[in-house]
Amino acid sequence: MGPEIRFERVTRRFGAATAVDGVDLTIAPRSLVALVGHSGSGKSTLLRCVNRLDHGVAGEGVVSLGGEDVGAIPATALRRRLGYVFQSIGLFPHMTVAQNVAIGRRARSEALVADELAGLLEQVGLPADYATRLPRELSGGEQQRVGIARALAIEPEVLLLDEPFAALDPVTRDALGKTVRALHDARGTTTILVTHDMAEAMLLADRVVVLERGRIVADASPADLAAGRAGEAAEALVAVPREQARRIAELGQ
Amino acid sequence: MSALWAALGGLRDEIAAHLVLSLAALALGVAVALALTLWAARNRTVARLALGLASLVQTVPALALLALFYPLLLWLSALVGARIPALGFLPALLALALYAVLPVLRNGVTGLARLDPAVREAAEAMGLTAGQKLRWVEAPLVAPYVVAGIRTAAVWTIGAATLATTVGATSLGDPIFAGLQTQDWALVLAGCLAAAALALAADGAIALVERGVAERRPLPAWVGLGLVFAALGWALLPGKAAERETLVVGAKNFSEQYILARLIGERLTDAGYAVEYREGLGSAVVFKALASGDIDAYVDYAGTLWTNELKRRDNPNPQTIRDEISFWLGKRGAARVIGALGFENAYVFAMQPAVARSRGIATLDDLARASPRLTLGADLEFLDRPEWAAVDAAYRFRFARAKRYSPTFMYRALAGGDADVITAFGSDGRIAADRLVVLGDPRRAIPNYDALLLVSARCAAQPSCLRALQPLVGRIPVEAMREANFRVDRDADKQTPAHAANWLAAKVGLAR
Repeated sequence: MGPEIRFERVTRRFGAATAVDGVDLTIAPRSLVALVGHSGSGKSTLLRCVNRLDHGVAGEGVVSLGGEDVGAIPATALRRRLGYVFQSIGLFPHMTVAQNVAIGRRARSEALVADELAGLLEQVGLPADYATRLPRELSGGEQQRVGIARALAIEPEVLLLDEPFAALDPVTRDALGKTVRALHDARGTTTILVTHDMAEAMLLADRVVVLERGRIVADASPADLAAGRAGEAAEALVAVPREQARRIAELGQ
Repeated sequence: MSALWAALGGLRDEIAAHLVLSLAALALGVAVALALTLWAARNRTVARLALGLASLVQTVPALALLALFYPLLLWLSALVGARIPALGFLPALLALALYAVLPVLRNGVTGLARLDPAVREAAEAMGLTAGQKLRWVEAPLVAPYVVAGIRTAAVWTIGAATLATTVGATSLGDPIFAGLQTQDWALVLAGCLAAAALALAADGAIALVERGVAERRPLPAWVGLGLVFAALGWALLPGKAAERETLVVGAKNFSEQYILARLIGERLTDAGYAVEYREGLGSAVVFKALASGDIDAYVDYAGTLWTNELKRRDNPNPQTIRDEISFWLGKRGAARVIGALGFENAYVFAMQPAVARSRGIATLDDLARASPRLTLGADLEFLDRPEWAAVDAAYRFRFARAKRYSPTFMYRALAGGDADVITAFGSDGRIAADRLVVLGDPRRAIPNYDALLLVSARCAAQPSCLRALQPLVGRIPVEAMREANFRVDRDADKQTPAHAANWLAAKVGLAR
């Protein structure tokens, strides 16, 4: 179901600064690719080219979904096909969980029936009686689960995840990461996960792309990264979690 | 206490009119503010400009803003060639609406600016159109700010609406201004209390709406709205059947004018007309109002018209002045002089006899010589009038200070020694009562101030209107007018202008 996502010579500039610098990248249908890099590496900007949240940013290049240039699709129509989850979540504070989850369907003049809602809440690990709660009554992790359910409610072909777990505690982010991977597999979406956490990227993604100053400096499978076969730039990022894992293991000896 | 209750009980019409005026202005102001808020949300320059303009409007005193709409509407009338009422409800509505814009606009713009950027981003990323974003996200989230702004605007508007009296709109300012003028403190207090109660009630009702909107509970919001609409419904209930033709009697802002307006009004009522009063008008406003047909009758003074409207600087004999005024009005065809009432109310310079004696002042020439050590007390407008320029040019005064007072307080200032000489009124009962010395005018710089009864073209075209007013011509000697004025102005045993008018009618043999 998920289409191929292709970036061709994509460049984005904020004034004099180049955020994305001539990126060529093809993401296979139904794969989960992580974009990893420090803040300012251009990974979020690249992601936002897909659903055109980068309006007003100067640049060139083509982004296409299954061969269709996203620039040729009206922005609202495009976004109604794409699931988007981001760090600050952005639940509508005046709407219940049910209303928040249904918003994308409502924008398309479609209803979200009770069974579908219950199914979505179950998939993201929330009790059914949360439907009538307001966002402020939920914990951060629960709020992001609603954010994921909201993105999934429109049956998207593509999931765009921009640091979705960055504001959550480690236990919650690990659990939610597994949930997302399972949902990706079950639904067959093409998924891009932007994260600054190499360990998270390696554990969740099929393929990890490392960005630095707007350019791709490494592109490898988690296995190659773990084995140190992905080059110098990637190795610098992998070294930290590997070193941490070793020190934790030593503590137990 | 009982006087206060009686005064409050008589304010039904004023309270209703005040409510209708305030709510209409509020509704108009809110509509404009919301439209501007929507526009400002999409354009930063508009936001800055609109907020700047609204703040600028707020710095204009409400009284001045109201007064400015009068010439503005007259000018608009001339421009479009249709008659736009420049006096009464419309100018008050527009000025107050303008006043109500700022709090709503400021809160709306603030509310939009404070929207969580994450919420905006989510709305956009979900593919909401601009309209959906507005209806589903922005409007509900900004509504609490807007309602809070409406609450502020409501309290401001209800307070400022008391000033609508000065442009001839009925409001709770009527009892306040009339009471201040005639020192009827029960009436002033009743007007203030009623206005304050209205403001508090509106504040409370809108507070309910605010709470309902903020907590997203419909019940308090509907109760609050219901209260507002119930009050509006009560105010709009027809007070009295107004089948008869309505004539409007005008008055400037001093006791004699209030009394004469009642005298004229009673005669018109007896002739079968419904009568409305527009009292407390400024000199410049009242004549224009007559010329434009916003009022139908009032009394003005020959010298005032001569210098202010005909713009004459010479000073011929009284008969010539009167003839030329009649001729000038006749030429313009908008108003007519019915005749002189029989007394003169000239500007006179008056002093305490002891002060005048000790400084050796009997004439304006003497006054000019002593002026560098003296304080002049004038009424609110005299120093801006051409008469003052003429007198000042003739005698070359060099007063140490010149202060302005409302007429009542001017006499108090003279009695208390805050002013050494005042610009009093010749027919004022207080000159005789306080035994003041009136200074001579050897250079004849002050023109004649015969009281002239003026009517609109509409009244002039109706024999019954003319018949009702004709008997007043030449009928009122200055002694009778002074006595009537004093009955209203004195500190003890005060009468209302309507009472004094009845007394005057009986005194001059015009009682019903």
